[in-house]
Amino acid sequence: MKKILSLMMIIYFWVAVSATAFCQELVVYSARNEHLIRPLFEAYTKETGVKIDYITDKAAVLLQRLKAEGQATPADLLITVDAGNLWHAAQEGILQPVASDILVKNIPSHLRDPQNRWFGLSIRARTIVYNPRKVAPEELSTYEDLAGPAWKDRLVLRTSKKVYNQSLVAMLITEHGDAQTEKIIKGWVSNLAAPPFSSDTKVLEAIAAGQGDVGIVNTYYVGRLLAKKPDLPLAIFWPNQAANGVHVNISGAGITTHSKHHKAAKMLLEWLSSPQAQNLYADVNLEYPVNPQVSPHSMIASWGKFKQNPINLDNAGKYQAEAIQLMDRAGYR
Amino acid sequence: MRKAICINGGYGCGPLRFPILRKWAGYLDLWRLAALGAALSVALPLTVILGSFHHSTGAIWRHLSRHLLVDLLLNTAILAGGVVGGTFVLGVSLAWLTGACEFPGRKMFTWALLLPLAVPTYVLAFVFLGLLEFSGPVQTMLRSWLPGSRAWFPNVRSAGGIIVVMSLALYPYVYLLARAAFRTQGKRALEAAQSLGKSRTSSFFKVALPMARPWIGGGLLLVLMETLADFGAVSIFNFDTFTTAIYKAWFGFFSLPAAAQLSSFLVIIVFVLIIIEQKTRQKMRFAGSGRAEGNLARIKLGGWKKWSATLFASAVLLVAFVIPFVQLLTWSAEIYGEEFNIRYLSFLSHSLVFAMLASGGVVVCSVLLAYADRRHRDTLSLFCTRIATLGYALPGTVLAVGMVIVITAVDRPLVDLLKTFCGYDKNTLIQGTMFTVIAAYVIRFMAAGYNSINSAMHRISDSIDEAAISLGVKGLALLRKVHVPILKTGILTAAALVFVDVMKEMPITLMTRPFGWDTLAVKIFELTSEGEWERAALPAVALVLGGLIPVMLLARQTEN
Repeated sequence: MKKILSLMMIIYFWVAVSATAFCQELVVYSARNEHLIRPLFEAYTKETGVKIDYITDKAAVLLQRLKAEGQATPADLLITVDAGNLWHAAQEGILQPVASDILVKNIPSHLRDPQNRWFGLSIRARTIVYNPRKVAPEELSTYEDLAGPAWKDRLVLRTSKKVYNQSLVAMLITEHGDAQTEKIIKGWVSNLAAPPFSSDTKVLEAIAAGQGDVGIVNTYYVGRLLAKKPDLPLAIFWPNQAANGVHVNISGAGITTHSKHHKAAKMLLEWLSSPQAQNLYADVNLEYPVNPQVSPHSMIASWGKFKQNPINLDNAGKYQAEAIQLMDRAGYR
Repeated sequence: MRKAICINGGYGCGPLRFPILRKWAGYLDLWRLAALGAALSVALPLTVILGSFHHSTGAIWRHLSRHLLVDLLLNTAILAGGVVGGTFVLGVSLAWLTGACEFPGRKMFTWALLLPLAVPTYVLAFVFLGLLEFSGPVQTMLRSWLPGSRAWFPNVRSAGGIIVVMSLALYPYVYLLARAAFRTQGKRALEAAQSLGKSRTSSFFKVALPMARPWIGGGLLLVLMETLADFGAVSIFNFDTFTTAIYKAWFGFFSLPAAAQLSSFLVIIVFVLIIIEQKTRQKMRFAGSGRAEGNLARIKLGGWKKWSATLFASAVLLVAFVIPFVQLLTWSAEIYGEEFNIRYLSFLSHSLVFAMLASGGVVVCSVLLAYADRRHRDTLSLFCTRIATLGYALPGTVLAVGMVIVITAVDRPLVDLLKTFCGYDKNTLIQGTMFTVIAAYVIRFMAAGYNSINSAMHRISDSIDEAAISLGVKGLALLRKVHVPILKTGILTAAALVFVDVMKEMPITLMTRPFGWDTLAVKIFELTSEGEWERAALPAVALVLGGLIPVMLLARQTEN
């Protein structure tokens, strides 16, 4: 017993010392997964010698942690995978404005905060997918149209608890207002072929297996699944091209208010938006680069160009709570 | 300190002069202080979380209660009732079969039935859906054979589906504790019952089951708390429960206060249930007769009975462990080349280090708590243990926030002090270190360890203490030399349970781990949060294998 106890004490102290002995130059809190950011950070360290430490978690949790830590936070940069969470971080005063001509030049204005507290770094298009064996592309037109009677028992959706759907509905509210959007969502719900799924991949599998005919997903899930199983009957459709365009979200970042390395953090952010980093950032997950000068991965380039919704993404944050309430009212689980 | 030694709180044997001081010294002995300390360290983050009631969250409440709450409560009640019922049936029946009966394969099943303990609920849930869903291999095959099967195949993403999955994942908690009870309860009582003309069946229901009640109750309580706080499995099924509302309030409406208020309901429900359980068995004593009784003679099952026992045990083992594990292995084999790298060794070692430190912490605290309760047997000590074991009922994320808030609040003045007087040059002292994460684990999993240690403590008869004291063994020595050796099985059970629990734990690890301390569970989170479940099979397999270490230790312990 004594031996075990003393062994544990030794391990504890070794760990305590080794954990604090880290001398970091930049600290990133990231809701973007480790395997997506690690290659970037390694490249950056190689290029500049700046060492980056990071911790990953869900965005809302990181936000709360930043709030709890306050001035004592070690974090310099916050990365999330959607605009809504960045908007909230900015709203809570956790992010600070960054004045940078490079960022303004590299990132289209609808994909960054009007007050420059957060910046999109890759584009995630949320579009319509269909089973080409059961649907002709001419039948499809808009997100709104999926609420119509033609799609009764044919629609498959992911749960409304996912922020991607919350952002999509928030942007619909921006365009159509509350009442009209609620009608659309109710239409979707009455058209469902199966209860909402827990992930985009499950939605795709259900469409491919014939449980439903159409669905709404982020394109990189399609790319990922098709890379593994190219024979699946799945095709991408770009909706709303005659109207405002395809709903896009971003993964993006902002510098924390209590960052101790503002200059270094700004340099990293600028580097992430630069052409040399953009491919590395987007391609690893088959997303679209945010920088218009950079061409996307060959696989997603083959899906063709599309018009994206130009309305500023801070509306995704502004109307997120409203969107959730609306979906709850409409019975969209 | 001598006060602590006096049985029955005899105040006459101390050197103190003033009655009031004497009374306090008798009241606040070492055990009492330890219990109070443990309770306090759990109460702090809980209070921080539950203290959020002054925030105005009316709009969120109105919305939730209008559109969601009724359904969520109903779903939660169905789920909790179903899982508690399911784990009771599975756990107790298997424990009785392997503990008190003899049938082909009994020795192997004794330990093998513990294996599902190493599989996280969310992993089991995912594998099950993957296999049984509309697009999964089972239904696809069925449809190609029987085109009409779409009509009658039950919807697996339903209350029934998730109850089955969670029962299969959680029954080992009940099995482990119930089996310990059946093995340690004296054969005399059973023999007496049978000599009085009771049949085997009725002596099981009238004697064995009631005598095992604290163990079974403790196991079911763990299952209940785990079910109420679960978020992973229910979200994979998209089955909305009370935790859905908690996460909606936080992640959707960005209101931690509302999430905390909702969480407090979980805590209150569990607290009430614990008290009811306590009250209904208050007058009962579960100690053995104090004499060595020898092992229970096993009931030799005959004919079809013994084979159906084998069949039943194999079926449970197959669906709860073998099939999911083989599926994980298949996926792992597919992605091994691209996914595996040397860092997996560090993920594994981090998981093991966390688990070891936390289980050590829980064992020490639990023994102190259980012993304090034994010494005093009064309301205060009971109250302390109840508070100290509440962390299990909270969703891990919510508890983690409480921890971060408390640690930051303690850290700030400490750092200021050190900066002023010692020239300390960092911004943090304990925040973001190993201490935070281990403390959070200990707080969260105290119940898992305490229950098995405390029920083992109940089996030690008072006469043993009296005998030891009459021989001059007192205080800490009494605990170390007499109780701990008797408690050995209970302690190992507790350590192993906490060990696997910590290895599977996700939200606390994510939020409080130090930089660079990614574990296997963290890796699973990374991959699954972007839907890459198949790639997550590799860390999941490593997690299961790592979790098998303590399960095997446990198995050796339960061998006889």
